This record gives sequence, structure tokens and C-alpha cells, in this order.
Amino acid sequence: MKQEEGHTVFHHALKIVPELCIGCTHCMKACPTQAIRVRNGLAEIFEERCVDCGECYKACPVSAIIVEQDDFEDIFKYTTRVALVPSVLIGQFPSQITTEEIFGSLKKLGFTHIFEIDSVVEKVQEGYHRFREAFEGSKPLISTFCPAIVRLIQVRFPSMVENLIRVKPPSDIAALHFKEELVGKGYAEDEIGMFYVTPCAAKIASIKSPVGEDRSVVNGVINMEFLYNKMLHIILNKEVEAQESETVNLTSKGILWSLTRGESRHQLGRCLAVDGISNVTQFLERLEEEEESNIDFLELRACDESCAGGVLISGNRFLTVERLNGRAKKLPAIVSIDNTGTSRGYNHNAYDLQPIAPRSMMVLDRDRSLALEKMKKIDELLKVLPGIDCAACGSPTCRSLAEDIVQDRAALSWCVFLQELYLRKGKITLDEADRINATIWGKDRDYRSQSK
Amino acid sequence: MLQTYKVTGGDFVNAGKASSSVKGILKQLNVLAGLIKRVVVALYEAEVNVAAHAYSGNILVEIESDQVRIRVTDSGPGIEDIQMAMKEGFSTASKEVREMGFGAGMGLANIKKNSDTFNITSVPGEGTTVEIINKLTD
Ligand SMILES: Nc1ncnc2c1ncn2[C@@H]1O[C@H](COP(=O)(O)OP(=O)(O)O)[C@@H](O)[C@H]1O
Ligand code: SF4
Ligand SMILES: [Mg+2]
Repeated sequence: MKQEEGHTVFHHALKIVPELCIGCTHCMKACPTQAIRVRNGLAEIFEERCVDCGECYKACPVSAIIVEQDDFEDIFKYTTRVALVPSVLIGQFPSQITTEEIFGSLKKLGFTHIFEIDSVVEKVQEGYHRFREAFEGSKPLISTFCPAIVRLIQVRFPSMVENLIRVKPPSDIAALHFKEELVGKGYAEDEIGMFYVTPCAAKIASIKSPVGEDRSVVNGVINMEFLYNKMLHIILNKEVEAQESETVNLTSKGILWSLTRGESRHQLGRCLAVDGISNVTQFLERLEEEEESNIDFLELRACDESCAGGVLISGNRFLTVERLNGRAKKLPAIVSIDNTGTSRGYNHNAYDLQPIAPRSMMVLDRDRSLALEKMKKIDELLKVLPGIDCAACGSPTCRSLAEDIVQDRAALSWCVFLQELYLRKGKITLDEADRINATIWGKDRDYRSQSK
Repeated sequence: MLQTYKVTGGDFVNAGKASSSVKGILKQLNVLAGLIKRVVVALYEAEVNVAAHAYSGNILVEIESDQVRIRVTDSGPGIEDIQMAMKEGFSTASKEVREMGFGAGMGLANIKKNSDTFNITSVPGEGTTVEIINKLTD
């Protein structure tokens, strides 16, 4: 996290490619935190609002939104090259491809060690248990598994940051644990590169600018979509030698942890799982209004079908879930003998998250009276705006245009309906109207040629 | 700033709209989460009471930089014995209302608990007025 003029700059993994962006409104309308505007014919992201959920990425019709990733060749900077693999990676492959072939292809690509993240869920579980025992706030406890949700809560539901369980997600704990294990076996610490294969942008952002921890132990992030294609190619060309997983102690509980109800079904009391970021938003709105909740544990995931629906998952999410369920059936429910410590032992110092700070993006002004003035103005503006949320002004809804106006980010004449009216009444000239439209839709767009 | 809302008797789907809306406003005004919660809980219970016990109601919310003043006025059967109605657990809610998960008899007590100033007046046969005033600063 960089500090600039007292503002925290958040790392985001989603980037808009100006050369590809056609300045339509799809991403802007899909964004659950209204973090996108169209300016100069291009989509723009408000950094402080973005939670890296990837809804824009899914909505873009021309693939102009990309997920930033580390250069794959970076792994060769290290002699010990560790792939940290979530089970959804395996779940994407067609069922005739074996796990051994999948791991073999990773070795072929240059990794020296492959560890399955989900083998450490018992540590996470122990962390949850300890956190619950020590927790003095009011229910429910909310899982910190999904980084997009943690950020959503910070920016939109700041009152609920206290409910977040301060235990690192399996990916981080796995990285810490396996690195320690390798060092214990005599591998030189600075020669070890830990690379996390990610199903989503949120994970990248959370590793590059972690919330509730100083620095991530992960050295690089590998885009799962990119890797999947490479792996599939190798496997289909039969270039692979089957490779056993190095991870022992993988259980059915671990394999299913990242899927919907993967956590909630193992927690105590009344537990609920909600997936899909708009469902989560709706649910949290409700929860905020309750006097007292009798829900004990909430598993919230930004993606539909949780990580099987991650933006970087190539396979169909329902088939991925089916495949993982199939794999889970072949695994034990619990680890009977553990000689490695993978499945137990919670290391407070290393695995705890620091308190998570709220950073509300809703506030109109830090000064209450100014905020109130702005709000009154928004109300006035809403009376003249058409209320059809067409987004042609470059803001996602009429209300967000009104908010942008009071924040000096837009003007009322940007509304296409009002602009028409102003033109007819002679309040603005055609040239002025053209200039306004160019501010929003870019000067090269030929939106008025027919009438000229 | 003045906001007005309407509640209809029997309409539990829309009871809660006013408290949701006020919550959004207070968030934008940078009010502390705990203070927002008090307002929202109090207003929500008042809305539900109109839906559960009265025919129709009007809600007036006056938001200033340091306080919020809420007045919920309904036309309905009114309350004969306010002291009794205020008691935790006392409820005359119908079977239908209870089946919908309302009518635990905690509403008025919760409103009082969550407001800085609380007033209730009622004319049996005519209606009830609930007034809530909460400070928006610590
Ligand atoms: N707006 C109202 N109009 C008429 N009666 C009311 C109204 N609000 C509350 N009451 C009476 O007071 C009782 C207690 O209210 P409350 O504490 O909210 O509990 P509940 O609504 O669960 O019954 C109600 O059962 C009802 O008899
Ligand atoms: S549900 Fe999983 S894939 Fe989706 S954003 Fe959250 S962690 Fe990433
Ligand atoms: Mg009630």
C-alpha cells in the first residue's frame, strides 16, 4: 500500500485497456459499488471504490478489461519454485484428465513443488474457533475468505468490519506453512519463490495490497486462466509424466472449502452461506437493519458458486463444482494421522489478521453540514433528472449523476434529456452540446452525423 | 432536510423502506455506525407497528447536522393503555401477523431503548403518533 497525500492508494488487479475499450456502459452498470464512469469515450475506475470483484470483467463485451498478472517467467528467478494451487484449478479440467497429469503439467512448466492450498483448512478452522471463543462483539461472525467481500464490507458496510473473522485465508496460511516446511527441510529461504495460482482478481489485489497484514508471503500471482491454457496444451500433447500430489492430508472438507457452503457447513450454530456479490449486498443491507442477529456465522462469497465462478476460471462453474464433489468423495473426511503438521496447529502471530479498518465510500463530505447541503442539492437534482438510469451521461444512474454533480465531477447538461431541452430553449449551442458529449463519449464518436 | 414516507396497514413487504432510506442518508452524512443503527432500529419498529396494527401512516423525517427527528403518525385503532403496550412481551398482534414473524411485543420497548427522546400519544379509535429524536453526534 502506497501513501499519497494522506490517501491510501489501493492496488487493483483490474485494468481497462484504452485501445480496446469502446466506451459502452456495460461494465459501469454491472459494478456493485458504482466505481465506474465513462469519460472521453473510455471507462474509468474510481480506485477507492473498486473492490476487485470482477463483475466489470465479466460484463465487458470486447474484453477490454484485463486482470493484471505477474510475468510467468518470474518464477525462474528462484531455484525453488512453488505452485500454491487451489482445488478449483483441478476442478476445471475435463474428468478424463487425472490429478496426476494436472500436477505433472505444472512440473513440466517449471515448478519444483506443488502444494494444494486446501490442505490447510483445519488450521483456518482452528483459527475460527479461537477467534469465536475470544469474540466479544455482536453476532454474526463473517468469514474473511473472499477478499472482494472484505473490501465490500470496508467500503459499503463499514459498521460490519468488526464482525470479520481476523484469520488469514487458506491461501496465505498455506504459503506461510509450506514455506516454513521447506526452510525446515534445508531449502535456502531467499531461493524459495511462492506463487499463488489465482481464480480471481480480488486475490491478486489482496496479495499486492493486503488488508489486515503488512506484507504477503506470496512472491507472485499466476492468472489461472493463463495457466490453464498452458497446462491443457501440455496434457493434450502428452508431454507430461504423471506426478503425485506433494500435499498429504487433503480432505473432502478441504477440497470443498472454497465452494459455496464449504465453510458454513462446518461452523457452529446457525450458519448461512450467500454467494454472488449482489446477493451478498442485499443480505448485508438487511442485516444492518436488524436489532440483533441470531445468525452465528456468515460465509459470503463475491462469485456465483463461489470460487468455481471466479473470473479466471475457464471451465463452467457448475461442472467445476460437480467435478470437485466427485473428487471429494474419494478423500477422507478427516485426517487420521498427521506427521507433517499440515492439518493442525494455529500460529497466532503468523496467521492472525490485524484489525480491518472501515473506509466508507458513501460519505458525501467529512463536514456534516456540507454533506447535508450536498444531499439537499442531490434531492433537487433528482427532481429534474428523468429517473430512467440510461447511463448516457457517463454515470451509471440518475442518482449517481446527481452525486457526481455535487462532487464537481459532472454537470447537469451531461444528461442527454436535459441537454436536448437546453438546446431547444437556446440555453446552450450545438457546439457546446458537442463539446459536452465529447467529454463523455470522446471526440471521435460520430453521434451527431445524421442530424448535421 | 425533510423526508416523507407512507406505510400501509398490512403491507409488511414495504414496511422497512423508510428505515432503509434513512440509513442510506445517514451513511452519506458520515454518521457513526452505532448511531445509525439506533435510528434504523427505532424507525423500523415504528414502521412495522403501523403495518401490523394500524390502517395507514405517514412518516416525517427531519435530518439536521446534529440530530434526526422522526414522527410516525397513523390512523388506526389507537392504543388504550400505553403503559401496558410499552411492556416487553405485551402484544395484541393477530395470529396472521405472528405467523409472519412479527408480534414479539418488543417493538415499542426497542424504540424507546434506541431513541434519545421518545414520545407516544394515542387516541383510541383514531390513531397513534410516535416521535423519536436522536442526536447524530457523540
Ligand atoms: N401504531 C399502533 N397502533 C395501534 N396499536 C399499536 C401500535 N403500535 C403498538 N400498538 C399496540 O402496542 C402493542 C405492543 O407493540 P410492540 O411493542 O411494537 O409489540 P408488537 O408489535 O410485537 O405487538 C401492540 O401489540 C399493539 O397492541
Ligand atoms: S468467491 Fe472466490 S473467486 Fe470469487 S472473488 Fe471471492 S475468492 Fe475470488
Ligand atoms: Mg411492533
